[in-house]
Amino acid sequence: MKEFIAFVKKEFLHIFRDVRTLLILIGMPVVLIMLFGFAISVEIRNVNVGILAPQHEVLIDRLANKIDASEYFTVAKWLTSDQEIDPLMKQGKVDVVLAFDNRFASRLYTKDGAQLGILVDASNPNIAASEAMYLMGIVQNYFQNNTQQQIKTGGLSTNVRMLYNPQLRSSYNFVPGIMGLILIIICALMTSVSIVREKETGTMEVLLVSPIKPIVIVFAKMIPYFVISCVVLLIIFVLSFTLLHVPMAGSLFWIVIISMLYVILALSIGLFISTIVDSQMVAALITAVVFMLPVLMLSGMLFPLESMPKFFQWISSIVPARWFIAAIRKLMIEGLAVQYVLKELAILAGMTLIILGVALKKFNDRLE
Amino acid sequence: MAAIQTNQLVKTFNAGKVSAVNGISLTVEAGELFGIIGPDGAGKTTLFRLLTTLLKPDSGSATIDGLDMVKDYKQIRSRVGYMPGRFSLYPDLTVIENLSFYASVFGTTIQQKYELIKDIYCRLEPFADRKAGKLSGGMKQKLALCCALIHAPSVLFLDEPTTGVDPSSRREFWDMLAKLKTHGITILVSTAYMDEASRCNRLAMMNNGRFIGIGTPQTIVNEFDKTLLAIRGDEMYRLLNDVRNIEGIEECYTFGDVHHIRLQKDTNLKMTDIEQILVHQYHHTNVKMEPCQPTMEDCFMNASKKER
Amino acid sequence: MENVIEVQNLVKKFGNFTAVDNISFEVHKGEIFGFLGANGAGKTTAMRMLCGLSYPTSGSGIVAGFDIRTQAEQVKRQIGYMSQRFSLYEDLTVLDNIELFGGIYGVSKREIAERSEQLLEKLQFTSEKNKRVKDLPQGWKQKLAFSVAVFHRPQIVFLDEPTGGVDPTTRRQFWEMILETAHNGITVFVTTHYMDEAEYCHRVSMMVDGHIEALDSPQNLKLKYHAASMGEVFDLIARGAKRSD
Repeated sequence: MKEFIAFVKKEFLHIFRDVRTLLILIGMPVVLIMLFGFAISVEIRNVNVGILAPQHEVLIDRLANKIDASEYFTVAKWLTSDQEIDPLMKQGKVDVVLAFDNRFASRLYTKDGAQLGILVDASNPNIAASEAMYLMGIVQNYFQNNTQQQIKTGGLSTNVRMLYNPQLRSSYNFVPGIMGLILIIICALMTSVSIVREKETGTMEVLLVSPIKPIVIVFAKMIPYFVISCVVLLIIFVLSFTLLHVPMAGSLFWIVIISMLYVILALSIGLFISTIVDSQMVAALITAVVFMLPVLMLSGMLFPLESMPKFFQWISSIVPARWFIAAIRKLMIEGLAVQYVLKELAILAGMTLIILGVALKKFNDRLE
Repeated sequence: MAAIQTNQLVKTFNAGKVSAVNGISLTVEAGELFGIIGPDGAGKTTLFRLLTTLLKPDSGSATIDGLDMVKDYKQIRSRVGYMPGRFSLYPDLTVIENLSFYASVFGTTIQQKYELIKDIYCRLEPFADRKAGKLSGGMKQKLALCCALIHAPSVLFLDEPTTGVDPSSRREFWDMLAKLKTHGITILVSTAYMDEASRCNRLAMMNNGRFIGIGTPQTIVNEFDKTLLAIRGDEMYRLLNDVRNIEGIEECYTFGDVHHIRLQKDTNLKMTDIEQILVHQYHHTNVKMEPCQPTMEDCFMNASKKER
Repeated sequence: MENVIEVQNLVKKFGNFTAVDNISFEVHKGEIFGFLGANGAGKTTAMRMLCGLSYPTSGSGIVAGFDIRTQAEQVKRQIGYMSQRFSLYEDLTVLDNIELFGGIYGVSKREIAERSEQLLEKLQFTSEKNKRVKDLPQGWKQKLAFSVAVFHRPQIVFLDEPTGGVDPTTRRQFWEMILETAHNGITVFVTTHYMDEAEYCHRVSMMVDGHIEALDSPQNLKLKYHAASMGEVFDLIARGAKRSD
């Protein structure tokens, strides 16, 4: 036990001697969260509205005037067919389109009622949500006060469609992705590099010739990065709660448990890498290419998995971060109970067992 | 009991294609300072890794302190000290941190074993808080030796401890080894510097994975059975090539400011003959020649020539 | 005698630290000049200035007829350089390396082809010319590195601890090549801390704490200090050293 403590102490010394790396590890989550949280502005101003009306009707004209008069919106275009919507939005000429039914005013009084569509460019989800809400407010207000008769039958049904980002993923949706990425960097990358460094300097040779057990070396290497991961997790939780207003809807206990499981999995990956390579360069490259890139590309952090080709969806199922991010999203944002993440939990646990087992078996107490 | 005993040790790499250690049998008595000299690639490091249980032999056997190198490797590991070719220190840790870390790895403390390392460590003490990476080669070497000694091993393996260290530090290092011997520690040390061989009790010359000579420094030199001459002249480079053309000369090689000539065993060639040929046939000037005593390096060159 | 290096009162300071402290010396054409000193004595700094890699704080130096202060680029064209740390690209083949370094020094394509053939034949490397350097034995690498450093036929070749960590057999073969090079009229300027190698040099300078403490032929130095070997001479001189790293 004394040997173990001395070993852990030594690992912490290595980390604290290299303050720059430590600052990067702790600073990275802060920077990423700020970036995702604030680079995406939530203010709305001068939103260009397009009005799609098959015929000019007085009712529609008046509504358009009313919208134009508000401080947020400008009526920029009149459209006659829905084919015009896409090019105009892509050019940025309009941000929102208000689409009226054919013979809107007369339909309003029929049994089936009239349809009014609001189409929003949702590539910036926060803004899109606000735009839709404000516009809806104006429209509803107009129909309540300005129509002479109360609309009795059918009436008006508005329907909002978010274009280009149908899931309306807002900034805090990135938090699980950031966690998945940073924990891989700290645990897998740093652990593998720190073990391989001992191979490079030749200290591993001396340690192997000493009576110390390989398992002690392995766990002593893991503990400091486990601790740093916990600190980083705490920072992420606090920042996302206070700055990004992430709901933290589910059970905090299970969020922490799943994060810990993922940390152990990432540590095992680091250990595994260190057993198969001999230079720090290769260790860093392998971690980056084999584990970090898929976290960015295939875990659903940046690109929705549902819209990927089947092949990549299949590949993504062996990326640990995918399951972690899915589980955290459900718990943290959607606020689901733990029963809904049992599958993810089981897959992560299984992966951990396999990788840790293989890594420990491969971690030799000889040089070959 | 012998401290190290090996019997026909063989170790190959790349599925038998490269044989690094090729049938080494060796007995080192307890308390001996035993040297293994040979060039890079002779197989010294592989032999050390076998004896420190880092590698398993393909065939053959060995005991360290009477313990079997395959079966009892765990016990062996607590009894041997090992200093690999690259000084295995943590460059970002200080002198004292390195030492106390290695002490605790072996379940001891600096205070407990201070007596043994005191002579070496006292020279490092002024730099106790300096990072190991900032030490000079000689200092690193001393620290690495302290780290290998901290658990009072009964057998010490030093793999090329003097490579890349300046001459005065090298000499100091051998003085320290001589002192350690008085503590009864068996030391196996490898080196590529032939001039260090004379500091060993006994030594083995190693080349291409085999021993090509074994004995005390004196017996090895005594076994040199050919005539050795030192020659110099005005044009050293031309001299070298011309001497090589003379019938009856086995080898001629540079040796500092002279060239050494080793005659074939059964030749009738005399010093005066050589001088005649060089002066008259090759027009050399100021040729001076004298018989000289073989050094360890001459013996090594002779032995490796024989082996070929 | 013709001088290829002339140095007068050369000084290099880094802040308060004087790495090279007022050194003056000459090196003759075709000479093997040993530049000796313990680690940290200032050898490398002095050599960097001579190669035009570092600007002197004060003093002057002429290397191969060019001023190291004002004509560093011309100096670089006239010299070859080899060090223990970097000499060849390990992942390139023998021939690739020769062509690369020949090209860097502006040797024409035709001449590269001609000379590399001669070189490979002389080194008996012809059959290995398409092997990667990392697959060669250490001794071969060393020979090749040296041959590449003198491939463009420089006036002077600077060797910075060329034999560090190399075994005696290889070192012997290496020094034989140096002897040959000097025999062919190329001046060899070599730093080393292996004192037995100093015996191969025509003249050696011993640097202690940034200045040159002794400069003479090995034989004269041994006589002067009543020493049997250059190692002893060095010990006697270095005893006064204050600096150590």
